[in-house]
Amino acid sequence: MKELFPAKQVGGFVFSLILTGVALLVYYFNMSRAVGLTILTLTAFIQAAVQLVVFMHAREIEDSKSVFTTIYYAIIIALVTIFGTLLCMIWGWNY
Amino acid sequence: MGYFSRFAVPHPSPAIYASMIAIAVTVFLIIAGITYFKKWIYLWDGWITTVDHKKIGIMYLISALLMLFRGGVDALMMRAQLAVPDNKLLDSQHYNEVFSTHGVIMVLFMAMPYIMGLMNFVVPLQIGARDVAFPRLNAVSFWLFFMGAMLFNLSFVIGGSPDAGWSSYFPLAGNEFSPHVGTNYYMISIQIAGIGTLMTGINFLTTILKMRAPGMTLMRMPMFTWASLTTCIIIIFAFPVLTIALLMGTMDRLFATKFFTITDGGMDMLWANLFWVWGHPEVYILILPAFGLFSEIIPTFSRRNIYGYTSMVASMVLISFYSFLVWTHHFFTMGQTAYVNSIFSITTMIIAIPTGIKIFNWLFTMWRGRIRFTVPMLYCLAFIPLFTIGGVTGVMLAMSAADYQYHNTMFLVAHFHNVIIPGVVFAVLGASTYYWPKMFGFVLNEKIGKLAFWFLVIGFCLAFFPMYITGLDGQARRMYTYSEDTGFGPWNMVATIGAVCMAISFVLIVYMIYYSIRNAKKEAVSDPWDARNLEWATHTPVPEYNFAIIPQVNSREAFWDAKYKGHPLFKGDYEKIHMPNNSGVPFLMSLFFFALGFGLVFSMWYLAICGLIGVFICMAHRSFEQDHGRYISVEEIKETEAKYGGTHK
Repeated sequence: MKELFPAKQVGGFVFSLILTGVALLVYYFNMSRAVGLTILTLTAFIQAAVQLVVFMHAREIEDSKSVFTTIYYAIIIALVTIFGTLLCMIWGWNY
Repeated sequence: MGYFSRFAVPHPSPAIYASMIAIAVTVFLIIAGITYFKKWIYLWDGWITTVDHKKIGIMYLISALLMLFRGGVDALMMRAQLAVPDNKLLDSQHYNEVFSTHGVIMVLFMAMPYIMGLMNFVVPLQIGARDVAFPRLNAVSFWLFFMGAMLFNLSFVIGGSPDAGWSSYFPLAGNEFSPHVGTNYYMISIQIAGIGTLMTGINFLTTILKMRAPGMTLMRMPMFTWASLTTCIIIIFAFPVLTIALLMGTMDRLFATKFFTITDGGMDMLWANLFWVWGHPEVYILILPAFGLFSEIIPTFSRRNIYGYTSMVASMVLISFYSFLVWTHHFFTMGQTAYVNSIFSITTMIIAIPTGIKIFNWLFTMWRGRIRFTVPMLYCLAFIPLFTIGGVTGVMLAMSAADYQYHNTMFLVAHFHNVIIPGVVFAVLGASTYYWPKMFGFVLNEKIGKLAFWFLVIGFCLAFFPMYITGLDGQARRMYTYSEDTGFGPWNMVATIGAVCMAISFVLIVYMIYYSIRNAKKEAVSDPWDARNLEWATHTPVPEYNFAIIPQVNSREAFWDAKYKGHPLFKGDYEKIHMPNNSGVPFLMSLFFFALGFGLVFSMWYLAICGLIGVFICMAHRSFEQDHGRYISVEEIKETEAKYGGTHK
């Protein structure tokens, strides 16, 4: 019975529902912008990770190391681009 | 006439009318010629519908040469205008259009397809594959590039050319300051070509990772393949930014959104930022494959293996990563604090380190080698000192405090021509001479080639070194004239003479090709240079399946070891070969893209919608198509191989 029941997938599904619920709190409760955005960002990224690992089987193919290398590289480039842009367009702007 | 008045060129001159007539006559002559010689079916079956990476590569090269001609004429017009002070040859508007199209064409429609063409031709052969991973997609890439280039060139005679510079900064590129359709052409034609480039990046990344011959581990790949791999990674991460920036720019111009406006919460600087987030990696998309080509040519003509293979690979990987960390150095003077500028100064200077490693590795490869001074090798030898000067002036520009002096002057123009011409142009010219025998079965004439080389190198030095001097003295770039009191006159005259030398060199190169087609001995030489990598292990001309038997690789220079150390390269017997079918759909799809683009440029929505529907129909057709390719039988392979004198074993 244990082999037939997809515990991991069901667990992942429940977990992603919980994440969605947590994200919804931002809508129902009156909280500051900073707290709200932090919750949204965190739940969004954890959600994306859950989807990739549990439902898109990122770990289960033989070449999973390269999948994760690519993802990490993409995240690094995206962060560099976003924070670099913020740095020179907003935080470090004179005029 | 009201309807057609939108197609009028807003700023006509006799030169533009003459070009209209010239273009009409040329198109008529080409169509008449193809019809007269009954070549339509040959053209359709042999080239337009092809999915063969070699033919696609050659089509890229031909387009690139045509664009080199057009961009070169733009350059000559600019140099003619600047040759003497207070010149009245071109007015300011016309000059703006000329430098804008010169930049776009040379970077996106000359250098890019030249690199893509060489990648297409060489990479699958180098890794011992029979084609790229997605042959049909490869054809789509080429035709999208081609239609993008044609759309961009059309602006010259229909509706007017873009005039906001190749970087097309907002708010200048916005509707208020650029009311005519030129900048629409810029946004949309680069978008179409850019989609093609992104596809090429994905295609070649997959090809290199998945289709290498057995035994070719990553650290046994030839240098050009490594360069292409890192380039593809940059393309995949950089081009989406351009896509979005162009989309936002298009929305601003066509649908009055406010992304890059000064008012209503728009942020005009964001365009410059996004443009260079793509634009700086783009520079490395051009230069890394060029480095790869030099790393192919130098070992061959020094008769030595490449020095420091591992450090070569490491420095390319580092360059590809660093290329994403430096973009702000393109707008040091736009108002960031000194703190921000310092960060980007340092990241910029760091790139000089891996590049320096590569320069030393090439020098050490030649050291104690037996150097043969062929045309490709001459280009490499000239590249090293000239590119180093370009790199050193680059580090000068990287110092943000000093950049306030250099910014927007001819010094900058001299710098980037000094890296791109010896870097990219020498590489592709050298490499096309080097790979010519593999492509067409005969060696190009050495004497004319050397003459062209010397004209190019001397012309380059004369054309761009004076700009360093006038730039430091304050001659601004993109200014259509200057007064006599500035004293820039004599130096600019020297630069113009240099430009004429470079034009002569182009004519000589064309003559070299013509002369060699007429006179070269058409003997099938599969390895004319005594080269080292797998692309030379197959026959000339290369059969459509590349290798009758997939080679077995067990060293970094498999072909060299097969020739001189007796490693067997081709083991086993012939088996039937699975090949992809030709298809006209990629061409058709890109025609729809062209219609879509043209419709968007002139806000002719019915045409744009028809084009878009056509694009989707082509995609749907591909989704439901049953195409399992075809097989080449063992008998056919035997026949072909016998014709070429048997497989090397």
